Formats: sequence, structure tokens, C-alpha cells
Amino acid sequence: MDDEKKKEEFYERLAKSGVSRRDFMKYCTFLTATMGLSAAHVTQVADVFAAPKQRPPVIWLHFAECTGCTEGVMRHTNPYLDQLVLDILSIEYHETIMAAAGHQAEENLKNAVEKYKGKFICVCEGAISTKDNGVYGKIGGRTFMEVGKEVTSKAAGVIAIGNCASFGGVQAAAPNPGGFKGVGEALGIKTINVPGCPSNSVNFVGTVINYLLLGKMPALDNSGRPLFAYGKTVHDQCPRRAHFEMGEMATEFGSEEIEKGWCLYALGCRGPMTYNNCPVAKYNDGTSWPVQSGHPCIGCSEPQFWDAMSPFYMPK
Amino acid sequence: MSQRITIDPMTRLEGHLRIEVEVADGKVTNAWSSGQLFRGIEMILQGRNPEDAHHFVQRSCGVCTYVHALSSVRAVEDALGIEVPENARLIRNMLHGAQYMHDHIVHFYHLHALDWVDIVSALKADPQKTARIAEGLTDAQWGGTPYYKSVQQRLQTFVDSGQLGIFENAYWGHSAYKMPPESNLIAASHYIEALRLQAKAARMHAVFGGKNPHPQSLVVGGVTSSKDLSADRIAEFLYIWKETQKFIKDVYIPDVVAAAKYYKDWGGIGGTTNFLCWGDFPQGNGKDENLFMPRGLIQERDIKNLREADQEKVAECVTRGWYEKDRARHPFEGVTKPEPGEYEPDDGRYTWFKAPRYDNLSCEVGPLSRVLVAYANGHEGITKNVDYVLKTLDVPAGALFSTLGRTAARAIETLVIGEQVEGWVNELVANVKSGDKKVYQSWKMPTKEMTGYGLNDVPRGALGHWIKIKDKKIENYQYVVPSTWNFGPRDEEGKLGPVEEALIGTPVADASRPLEILRTVHSFDPCIACGVHVIDPDSNQVYKVRVT
Repeated sequence: MDDEKKKEEFYERLAKSGVSRRDFMKYCTFLTATMGLSAAHVTQVADVFAAPKQRPPVIWLHFAECTGCTEGVMRHTNPYLDQLVLDILSIEYHETIMAAAGHQAEENLKNAVEKYKGKFICVCEGAISTKDNGVYGKIGGRTFMEVGKEVTSKAAGVIAIGNCASFGGVQAAAPNPGGFKGVGEALGIKTINVPGCPSNSVNFVGTVINYLLLGKMPALDNSGRPLFAYGKTVHDQCPRRAHFEMGEMATEFGSEEIEKGWCLYALGCRGPMTYNNCPVAKYNDGTSWPVQSGHPCIGCSEPQFWDAMSPFYMPK
Repeated sequence: MSQRITIDPMTRLEGHLRIEVEVADGKVTNAWSSGQLFRGIEMILQGRNPEDAHHFVQRSCGVCTYVHALSSVRAVEDALGIEVPENARLIRNMLHGAQYMHDHIVHFYHLHALDWVDIVSALKADPQKTARIAEGLTDAQWGGTPYYKSVQQRLQTFVDSGQLGIFENAYWGHSAYKMPPESNLIAASHYIEALRLQAKAARMHAVFGGKNPHPQSLVVGGVTSSKDLSADRIAEFLYIWKETQKFIKDVYIPDVVAAAKYYKDWGGIGGTTNFLCWGDFPQGNGKDENLFMPRGLIQERDIKNLREADQEKVAECVTRGWYEKDRARHPFEGVTKPEPGEYEPDDGRYTWFKAPRYDNLSCEVGPLSRVLVAYANGHEGITKNVDYVLKTLDVPAGALFSTLGRTAARAIETLVIGEQVEGWVNELVANVKSGDKKVYQSWKMPTKEMTGYGLNDVPRGALGHWIKIKDKKIENYQYVVPSTWNFGPRDEEGKLGPVEEALIGTPVADASRPLEILRTVHSFDPCIACGVHVIDPDSNQVYKVRVT
């Protein structure tokens, strides 16, 4: 099918689901800006959705995690998951949503790794146990470590989604009983880290689209995080920031000060030491984010935040 | 081979499960359920601040998000002896109700449906005929021949691309698939529509919780989202609720009933014996009282004899798990010393799960337990809907004790709890109108020793958190989760766990493609990837099957 026809069909489908072409372009502009690209790229971003040249293969592995990051991506709108799965990407392996089971599922993994060797994106969700030969986590009788090594070594690039895959996450908090580590550290490889607990789907999709659009992964900070999303602190982008400057601090939940939008620093907000774009990107189609709902930031996109940022309800 | 490691206490797992069954004469004769991941969250909690615990435990599960946090703050509030303000109770109920609505829709359409629906067969459907059938079936806002034609075309384009992705290599064409192509096409289109609907439904959490998954507005003492108690925010919640509830009523329920007509034989497969639920949705203040979904125990399928359920009768048995030998213990006394070892299902240890027992009974938890207990209790909404479904399908009440019953119960409670959410919103509106916007009760953590527990009934079943606090820190923290109730192993007397019991008798037409086993395992809604081994004694062949 030629590109123009594909595009046409795409916009027809959008219209049927109540999204106008104009709304869609607005979203692409938002995504382009989130990625830190100039407005000249908006049309190209739109084309990635409307007329993908060929659906790039993705292999998604689950290790020690809660599946919250997968769930986050399931909630993504524009593109919705069905578009990601049917029209944009080719998800070759994903335990939560794939239809195949049994040795057929394992076969799919094996075949995809061979067929797309050096060409597929590997997404890792969850941490890898490194203690006692990784006995604390297995899939099909093999440790996470074995599965991870085999698959990531043949990938074009590895995206670690969420804090667990990026930095070890909750199971790596002291005393880290299973010796859990982030995927990059556990396997000794370079990963693009898209942390958060869970990761904001906007940042994950932004990273993938960046790859589809430019053919390379985005610029990263020292912790392997894309700068377009993790380049500034939460505090610097926070709508309550002005109150911080004025010394207007809320000291109790449910108080009048919170309603007035005062700063949550005294209640333990970790916004000043956390790099993420929550105040701007927000969650669930821009509905809200934790500080908007009156709760301090817990620093969930930072390495080892469960230990480094807690106890939570007091200033650091 | 086993190496002794002291890990104390041990945590529950969420993610990787192995199931092994033995098949003779085309039926399952024995089954083992095994947890394959250990994370250690209970151990990580020791020595931390009790008020921080809910953030940690919420990460037990991102599918069943919110619920562990709720149990945790309830446990700490119980220890402190505080009651949360009315508005906090209502917002918590609203968020919990929204979780049921969202979670059960996703389970049915995206985790369970493909066990019953043959997507490939949908390509053969006649769109016009499909539209006609759909019209008599649902009140959905979409439909008509062009609609079904376009869905079919989209699937065809996808198949023609040669990249089948998540639909590659499944059990398509299996003899146990019974629905005609047109019904499969309807289901395939609802799979996609539900995918979009759930993205919207999750926004209910974001309105009063900041985000989903893992909303972040619960605190010990209440909720934080006082700023969102505004007319526009409440209306935002209400409109998403309305659309979601309409989907449940007009699409989800009719879909379950329509599919059930093709699978009535599953009303006699996959049942268990005892049913426990803690109940949930407090309708007023005061602990454990007046729950919208009642607490109770049903023994030996005797629904005429509803028994009380008391948390003191819970004990966890570790004989068949990878732990040092120990007696069965109540969670307050929970001491766990893991001892990794070989996988020895026949007579040894074979799982990271403990085996929870209620008064020494192996109990199923989850939608079926809740619906049975509510039915036995004369719950109006539940009784009405259960009777409607039984009558429509023309099956006896005994058919509830099955894989089909479990799946129907899940749909029924989604409808009933969903309806109730509007009532909580209205109560909240009345309070706000009268000037009551209190959402938080302040508290102080004393240094004395305290214990507390929080009991919930969450989408996947009975959930309890037990906490011991000393010098303002967590001394011990244990939680007994739905997945250990349902997927736990044999106990010291050899009594099977509920899933193990349910699998026995399941027909298996083709041991290399055991679709039927997936049906029963998925009907319990494991939010986990599992490893299943099927052994066929005739050929002695071992088939490796991963349930995804």
C-alpha cells in the first residue's frame, strides 16, 4: 500500500475514534517539543504514525518488576496501544499481551531474535537478580541473567523502561535480598534508561519515536536518561515553585495552604533533587501528576530513590 | 544443591509462575503451581517508617495498582487507632471502585478473551451478518457493516504484512474454540475498543490520585487531593465513570453472556471447594462494619450456610516452599527463612509461594468468592444479576462453581460495584456542598509497640497487610495476597492449593497445545507470566508451555 493511502486510512480511523486531524497534529507538536526537536519535525513525527515505512520489531522482556510500566504504556493515547501494536511497531514478544503460549511463545522469541538480529529494539522491564547465580528470578527454567544476556546481545539497542530496569527499583532497596540490579549494570551493557515508577509513557513513546524518526537514540545524561525528558528538575518546572521562592510552605496535608497551591517542600517533596518532566508532561493524557494532587514528589526517576529519598515525609 | 540464605521475612511475588499438570485419558489428573520470582519487599520494609510502607508495597503489582497502598495505610491507621474523614473514605472507595472497573475490563478483553476467541477466524466473518448479530447483542455506540468491514480490513492488512507480532503462533484453529467467525469478529473489535476505553478509565485514578498506575494521593490519615475537590474535577471523574459504566453495561456484560452460550460445558470445569473474602468498601466509619461487598466464608460450596471470616484464623504453611522447616504461622508471627532449592513437585519443595490457609482450609479468593458470599448474604445488586445470568444461560446455580462461573462473577461484580461508585461521588458532592472538605486526619506516631492490620477485597481477591511497629519503625510487616491464596502450593497435610485443585479434571484435547489449561489458570486472573509443563503419561512427552 502506498504511503498516501496509508495516511488517508489512518486519518479516517482517527476521525472515527473522535480525534480530528487537527487534534492529532497538536499532539505531534507536543511530542516533538517534548523531544526537544524543532517545529520543522512535526510533519515527520506525524508520518511516523500515519505511514510507517516498515514496522520495526520490538522484543519486550519482563524481569523483576510489577508490570506497572507495561500498564502505563497501555494507557497511552495518541497513539493508542492498538496503533502501536497493529500499525506502528511489530511487538514480537511481550508476555503480558501476546496471544501465543507455551513452547510456541518461546519459539517466537527465538525466531524473532534470529530473524531480526542486530535490528530489533529490546525493551527491558524489571531488574535482574545477581545473587546466588540469579536463582531469585527465572523464566522457563532459565535465570533472568541468562535470558537477558542472550537477547540484549543481539539487539540494535536496549531501552530500560522504569526504575527497576534502569537502576534496580524497589527490590534493590536495602538490604536488596535478591541482589537485584538495573539491566545495564547487571549485564554490563549500555542501555537507554527511561525511569519513573512507573515510567511516564510519554517519555517512553518519545524515545521510541525519536529512534524511528532520526534512526538513533536521543542524547542522554550521565544516568543514561534522555535529556529531552530528564534534563531539568521537577522543582524547576513546578507550578508551586513561586511559593517556594516566597517561603510559602504547606506543613499539613489537607490544609488550606495546599489548596492555595503552596510548596510541598516541608512535607518532604523531592522535586528539587529529581530530574523528570512530570509538571509539564503530566500523566494519563495530561490529567494530573502527584504534586498537583497534593502529594510530595518521591523522586521515582532517580537512581536508588527508595533508599536515597526516604523517609519520604520530611525534608532532606 | 541448595544454599542456605537467611532472608527474613520473605515477600510475595508478582510476575513469574510455573504450573505443571499431569494428563491421563485427555484429562488433568494432578497439578502443581509454582512461584518463580522472589523480590523481598517485606524484608526491605523492616526498620523503615510505617507511613512510608504504602509506597513500597504498592509496587508489588502494577496491574492491580492502588490496592496494596490502601491495605497498607489501613494497617497503619488501625495500629494508630485513627479514623479517616468521611471524604477520604469516599475518595478511597471511588478510587478502589475505579480500579475494579478498569482492571476487570482489561482482564476480560486483553488477558482472558483470547482463550475463547479465535482472532484468525474473524477474517472469515461476513461483516453484514456480523453487524446484524451485534445489533441484537449490544448497545454499543459503534457498529454497522462498514465498521466491521473496516476492523476486518485492518486485521487483514496486519496479517498481510507478514509481521504478526503479538498474534504470532498462538493456538488459532484449536478444536476447543467454539465461536463462529462473526462472533469472533465482534470480540476482536471489542478487544480494540476496550483497549481505548481502559486508557480513559484509568484517568479516574489520575483525577484524585495524580496518576495511574501507582496513584500517589494516599497517606496515613486520609488522602492529599483536597485541591481536586472542585466542581470541574468531580465532573471530570463522573464523566469518565459514566462512559466506563456504559461500556460495562452495554458491552462487557453482553459479551460475557454471548460467549458463555458457546462454552456452557465450562460451567462444569475448574471449580474449587471453599471461598473466602474479607469484603470491602466501608459504607460508614467504624472498622470492618457495613461493607458494601460483605465479608464471609463459604465451606464445601454450601451457600446456604454463610460463615463469619476472622483474620485471626489465617495461617501460612511453608512445608512445600523453599523455606526452612517451620510450623504454620499467623502473619503477625510470620517468620520466614528462605532456602533456595531444587524444583521437586512430587514429594519435595517446588515454589516460592507459601500456602495460606483459613482455619486449615484451602480457600479460593477473588470475584467468585465475593459474588458467592454476597449472594449468600442476600446482596441486592449481586443477587439480581446472578439470577439474570443463570436464567439467561439456562444453567443451575451449581454452574457457578467453575471456570465459567468465575469469569461471569467477575463481570457481574464489575457492573454492581461500578454502579455504586456514583453513589459515593454523590455523597462527596453533598459533603463539599455543605462546606465539608476535610480529607485528612492528623496523627502522631507514638514510640510504644503497636500492631495493626488492613483487610481489603481487591479485584483479584482477599488481601491483608499486618504490621508491627516499635519505636516508630516497622518491626515486622507481612502481607497475604490473592495470588498466594489462589496459586499457593500444597500444605503439610497435602491439601492442594485452589488453582491446583481447579485444574484437576480439565479436559486437554491436544497436550502440545493445552488451551484448556490456560482457560482455568487465566480465570483466576493471575497478573503473572507463568511456566506450565504438561506431562502426557502415554507418550511420556513433556511439553513446555508458558502462560502469558
